[in-house]
Amino acid sequence: MANYWNKEIECMSREDMKKLQDERLVAQVKHVYENVPYYKNLMDEKGVTPDDIKSTDDLHKLPFLTKADLREAYPYGLLAKPLSECVRIQSTSGTTGKRVVAFYTQHDVDLWEDCCARAITAVGGTNEDVCQVAYGYGLFTGGPGLNGGSHKVGCLTLPMSSGNTERQIQFMTDLGATILCCTPSYAAYIGETLKEMGISPDDLKLKAGIFGAEPWTEEMRREIEKSLGIKAYDIYGLTETSGPGVAFECEAQTGMHINEDHFFAEIIDPDTGEVLPEGSKGELVFTSLTKEAFPLLRYRTRDICVLTREKCSCGRTLVKMCKPMGRSDDMLIIRGVNVFPSQIETVLIEQGYAPNYLIEVDRRNNTDTLDINVELTEEQFSDTVKGIQEKEYELAQAIKTILGINPKVHLVSPKSIARSEGKAVRVVDKRKLHD
Amino acid sequence: MLIKQISIFVENKPGRLSAVTKLLSDNGIDIRALSVADTKDFGILRLIVNNPTKACEVLKEADCTVSLTNVIAIGIHDKPGGLSAAMDCLYSANISVEYMYAFISKSEDQAYVILRVENNDKAVEALKENDFTILKAEEVYDM
Repeated sequence: MANYWNKEIECMSREDMKKLQDERLVAQVKHVYENVPYYKNLMDEKGVTPDDIKSTDDLHKLPFLTKADLREAYPYGLLAKPLSECVRIQSTSGTTGKRVVAFYTQHDVDLWEDCCARAITAVGGTNEDVCQVAYGYGLFTGGPGLNGGSHKVGCLTLPMSSGNTERQIQFMTDLGATILCCTPSYAAYIGETLKEMGISPDDLKLKAGIFGAEPWTEEMRREIEKSLGIKAYDIYGLTETSGPGVAFECEAQTGMHINEDHFFAEIIDPDTGEVLPEGSKGELVFTSLTKEAFPLLRYRTRDICVLTREKCSCGRTLVKMCKPMGRSDDMLIIRGVNVFPSQIETVLIEQGYAPNYLIEVDRRNNTDTLDINVELTEEQFSDTVKGIQEKEYELAQAIKTILGINPKVHLVSPKSIARSEGKAVRVVDKRKLHD
Repeated sequence: MLIKQISIFVENKPGRLSAVTKLLSDNGIDIRALSVADTKDFGILRLIVNNPTKACEVLKEADCTVSLTNVIAIGIHDKPGGLSAAMDCLYSANISVEYMYAFISKSEDQAYVILRVENNDKAVEALKENDFTILKAEEVYDM
């Protein structure tokens, strides 16, 4: 039995949805053109005026925005409302350079929280639930977004923020949390800690988890589902468009429904910028249809993805995106081969290792080197050097089969790779390719 | 007949051996014999101690990767040819040795060898037939 927060929108016919999107886009382009000189210049350079955009069919005429534009326009260059109407900022971690600061009017916050409410409802959340939000609060969108969504649904909200894992577990057990929201790596860590503390998933009331903000694999989903005794659902979002809740997974667990009444999705060829037909793999691009303060048009997410309008068993008609297959800024090019950390993670879990690893890329004698540190598990430890080296060899071979390049695998002590309470650091690229 | 040896995975990082031995010392564990196998990245510290079960527990609590392995302890004469005779016995019985290490006793002219072989039962049988002293677990732990 599917649960909807807003059935009218979530199950809207394709024709009605397109009509809604068309109307909203036309108004949005006008709003941006009139209020954001930075984007007006980009449109003028391309010779496009708001009059050229009559429906979403004309979207391809508009220029793209990239992270570089956001940096250049930092902090106020893309703001479309006077500050007197803005009530909030959120910001990215700034790990890939300058921080992105996004602005919200109260209306923007309401719509964002509404999107998160759809996500919580889709995993079975109601006002009977106890929702533990263990995403970071503060500048990071994870905590505030799910917190707001949880309020809207009427769940008893536990605003834990991330970290202090024993306290998380204490509240989880004492207050009978039924829904957990955090990053997948933190969910895995909580599962690991529960096991150590001798708490069985049967002792918990948890039934569902909403995990996002970093890439994770199907294998990791199964691990988390087992260790916490729940169904684990993906959620997608980015600070640039609002935060979590741009897309969310339903009971089918086969991709995320995009809240396309607010966020119009395109897939483009990352090299040419050309829009690709439904079902093609390419870069995901979002256009905010309803945001007032920080309305990005054709923002390139760098996420590699596929969209589908195949009928979903949950009854929603919202377009679905697959789990991002990697981000082009996560993607490593090693000896000319594209490598996504998620590919390595999949192999690790298949081979019985925990998804705790650190990829080190370096360049020695003009050749790229790929070293993967993986935590040894008790079961895999033998008392002979030969035994451990055989394990390293087997794992290296399995990774080579997938990537096509030979890594050097190093088994390291359990718990020696730093755990994250937010986004996990999986890759250290020591190559100095640009002076 | 078989002795419990503790094997500990030790990464090649400064302070690892010190941390492990300190932990054992703090818990009153007495080391009877030891050997270290080393590679570029890691080592395996193998220990015979007075209380392997307790040692294993405290190490696991401290997040060390530990395993218990059954090994054989034999007594040999502490004189030229003592070890050679034992090796010859195993070779004749077609038993390969994975690794071994020796220690000498505090008194007498006895030396002891810890043996890790592929097939413990077969090795014990062969050694007994040739009148080698096989030490009981308690004898080693309480030495």
